[in-house]
Amino acid sequence: MAGLPSPNKPLWLLAELTYACPLQCPYCSNPLDFAQQKTELDTEAWLKVLREARALGATQLGFSGGEPTTRPDLEILIAEARKMGYYTNLITSGVGLKPERIAAFKAAGLDHIQVSFQASSAELNDYLAGTAAFEHKQAIAREVKKQGYPMVLCFVLHRQNTDNIAEILDLAEELGADYVELATTQYYGWALVNRDQLLPTREQLQRAEPIAHAYQEKFKGKMKIYYVVPDYYEGRPKACMNGWGNIFLTIAPDGTALPCHSARELPNLTFPNVQEHSLKWIWEESPAFQHFRGDEWMKEPCRTCPEKAKDFGGCRCQAYLLTGDATNADPVCSLSPHHETIVAAINQANPDLPSKALIFRNPKNSKQFSKI
Amino acid sequence: MIDINQKISISPAYRFQWEEAQQCYVLLYPEGMIQLNFSAGEILKYCAIPEQSVATLLQSLQQAFPEIVDIRSDVFAFLEVAHKNGWITLTE
Repeated sequence: MAGLPSPNKPLWLLAELTYACPLQCPYCSNPLDFAQQKTELDTEAWLKVLREARALGATQLGFSGGEPTTRPDLEILIAEARKMGYYTNLITSGVGLKPERIAAFKAAGLDHIQVSFQASSAELNDYLAGTAAFEHKQAIAREVKKQGYPMVLCFVLHRQNTDNIAEILDLAEELGADYVELATTQYYGWALVNRDQLLPTREQLQRAEPIAHAYQEKFKGKMKIYYVVPDYYEGRPKACMNGWGNIFLTIAPDGTALPCHSARELPNLTFPNVQEHSLKWIWEESPAFQHFRGDEWMKEPCRTCPEKAKDFGGCRCQAYLLTGDATNADPVCSLSPHHETIVAAINQANPDLPSKALIFRNPKNSKQFSKI
Repeated sequence: MIDINQKISISPAYRFQWEEAQQCYVLLYPEGMIQLNFSAGEILKYCAIPEQSVATLLQSLQQAFPEIVDIRSDVFAFLEVAHKNGWITLTE
């Protein structure tokens, strides 16, 4: 690939160990057809991925899924990753987890645990999770702190829980979180299917934002709160993944290497598999990882936009899903000629309109999508 | 603020290590990383030595970098920032 600058290092490796999950969150980032994809890399194949990514410069490692704790070899992966020098993060729902296993992870060298919650009340949490999980999650969060881990609590925000932002942050404080991630729902896959029921209203955000900022101030130095306004309401796109193939590398359960976990939805791109290629080739040379690097691929208005180095034209997956062409500007940008699709989505996501039922992320619904 | 008799250490909330691929020291924390420039990395390298006082740290750094005339003010300026960011812990 003469003429192309050598890429940055994949500092962040996200290992999606499995699509198995006891929860059914209707905004899950897993593909709609996850039930079709049953192949999982074995322990040795994962260790090879970890070694190769570390050699390329990966430093942060996230064990994710699905629910990564359903993998019985997680202790082995943690121990080996820690020996390689990774900072190891476990991203879990806490469901199915027991104190003894949290201690085993600690003994293996796990650095940090992120526990996800769906809401601040048992009723809403368990409705969204599709299972009674709230009480157990609280017990697990307390256990994580008791065993001396730094803890991130992650709440995915959407219309059903945005009004409870104060209760959410009070709960996080009570559970002893060091960091709280108020993650905005990203409308791909399952969340896009459920967008009319999940997109918060402008009024909700106008109420939530000052509360989030007040809590950031209140807990300064004690509990760090990450909060961003959803990109649908921002007028400018997010710098998605800090740029395509720039610092993030995701490995799906079957070994497919992706620049982000949604990229599989893009057409005309073949993503390489770690069982067929070295990670070095995948990161530095594979056509898929080169595809949206730099700005050669951009169309107007991005190509001549003074902000293109800041947001890289936004998210390729969002551009494709909402405009049909992944090389278009992310339509959340007010300069995009397709921005009216976002305006329409905001108008459509009106709580006063008759509401459809949420479609939960489970194998049954996934199989329905696979038939389409 | 910072007393030279205080014991200094890297805060337990962070992990400090050399990154070969990046050719720099980094501070690692949940889902994040701070890439350190040369002087910050050198100062924190000495902070990572157990049971060390600020006074010993200053001495070691002065010995390591004899060409820097007034290392004390530079080190103190960095330690103030590092303390404010929670990267280091100071104890009596």
